[in-house]
Amino acid sequence: MFKIEAYLRPSALEGVQKALGEIGIVGMSVTEIRGFGRQRGHREVYRGAEYRIDFVPKIKVEVIVKDDDKDGAINALVEASKSGKVGDGKVFSSPIQDAVRIRTGETGESAL
Amino acid sequence: MSNLQRAALTTIPALAVLAGVTSVHAEDFKTLEEFQAMPLAYPKFMVDNLWILISAALVFIMHLGFATLETGLTRQKNTVNILFKNLFIISIGIVSYALTGFNTMYPGDFNGFLAIKGMIGFDGDVANLTNQYADYTYWADFIFQAMFAATAATIVSGAVAERVKLSGFMLYATILVAFIYPIAGSWKWGGGWLDGMGFYDFAGSSIVHAFGGFAALAAVIILGPRAGKYVDGEIKPILGHSMPLATIGVFLLWLGWFGFNGGSVLSADPGLVSIVFVTTSLAAAVGCLAAMVTSQIFLKKPDVTMALNGILAGLVGITAGADTVTWTGAMIIGLVAGIIVVFSIVIIDRIKIDDPVGAISVHGICGIWGTIAVGIFSTNPEHSFSTQLIGTLSYAAFAFVVSLILALLAKATLGFRVDEDEEYEGLDLSEHGQPAYADFQNINN
Repeated sequence: MFKIEAYLRPSALEGVQKALGEIGIVGMSVTEIRGFGRQRGHREVYRGAEYRIDFVPKIKVEVIVKDDDKDGAINALVEASKSGKVGDGKVFSSPIQDAVRIRTGETGESAL
Repeated sequence: MSNLQRAALTTIPALAVLAGVTSVHAEDFKTLEEFQAMPLAYPKFMVDNLWILISAALVFIMHLGFATLETGLTRQKNTVNILFKNLFIISIGIVSYALTGFNTMYPGDFNGFLAIKGMIGFDGDVANLTNQYADYTYWADFIFQAMFAATAATIVSGAVAERVKLSGFMLYATILVAFIYPIAGSWKWGGGWLDGMGFYDFAGSSIVHAFGGFAALAAVIILGPRAGKYVDGEIKPILGHSMPLATIGVFLLWLGWFGFNGGSVLSADPGLVSIVFVTTSLAAAVGCLAAMVTSQIFLKKPDVTMALNGILAGLVGITAGADTVTWTGAMIIGLVAGIIVVFSIVIIDRIKIDDPVGAISVHGICGIWGTIAVGIFSTNPEHSFSTQLIGTLSYAAFAFVVSLILALLAKATLGFRVDEDEEYEGLDLSEHGQPAYADFQNINN
């Protein structure tokens, strides 16, 4: 099992949810975050004084997938959220040791 | 002299007046001082004038109502833009009314259709501050009517919210309020062709509301819907971000309507102003209840935004006839308005016309209803259904066509709509560079 974390633009959410749904991945968690990579914020002026906005609103999408689904899921995420402009984001994957479905007590890949 | 003699001196003339002698007339004085010395006419004038000024302040507060209502029913990323547009409209409204609107709306002798005139003011003829002018002064007249003018323009700002370009909108709104509203208003209140026909619009169901609503319709058609509203043939609801603000807005509008209708009596006449307060509030209340019930039955849930629109529908509906219908008539007018506004909002959305606040339904459709309702419910036999219909359709058509032209003009010159990225980011950041709720962020910059 793998955990896939994608740091994306908020506007990518709907497309990503649809794309993951199309390959059979229906569970996910979304967090609203602020962040930046190379995409810096910009300067603004308030009542005559300048200030910087560095952190940009982003979302973090997390899905836990079976081994076989990992590549498909990463591809779907990338394709659904790519715009070609700076700020598209990144996708990371890491191995997951175990999983438990709370309601039934199932473990392993059947808990996903 | 003794108190008794003094009392007799004031009571006897008062009794004479009450005995049927008509109120002291304008011709009876030559100077302001003489007018001010009149023991009956002058205090009456003071009270009448005061009521008009209070009403002007009440209509003014409706702009706060519009601002908060529109804010509540749209997304927070566009809030600063909504507020900015509302501030702009009240400001350009009053200023343009002073420069040209007031005299264009009340041009005196004219061809009945169009007479663009210049700025307010009079050359020291003090009669303008006395009852030789009206039951209120020239200045009270101006400021009261100025508040109405701005109200007509602000109706459009709600419908075009969240995607209109600020500069294009400012151009559009300036021309609409500076010239188009006064020209249309002159047709009835300025003694123009509709007045000649016997058309009746007590406080502006057509002149203000249908006018604004149909102008909004044309603007929205040119503008197009918000991105993501209509996708693959489906309607994707875009929820407003603050129901409390929306509700505050509607209560403020109801409050302001006491002045909008109450002041349109154009005096403090106790009988008329009292009944107007009653008809106005009953129509609003029944409009609210009717919309609540309609929304529960047909939309399966008691929707607060429909209840809010129902109140406004009732208020718009009673505006044409608040002084000539009975209290039961007012309730029926509110009832019908509250029902049709719910259906109108849904239908307009279904035909892919995106109106974030329901302005077209509340003001346009219910403005027409309120105007023709005078033809049905008025206690004055001179009001005719057909004349009312002609009048209201004239206002709707005129506003629609001119608004179409102005929106296209704005589109061709400054641009009428922001681009996709700006719309996505939110107008607060893209057009104004400032968020509405900066301190609500979790992470500070």
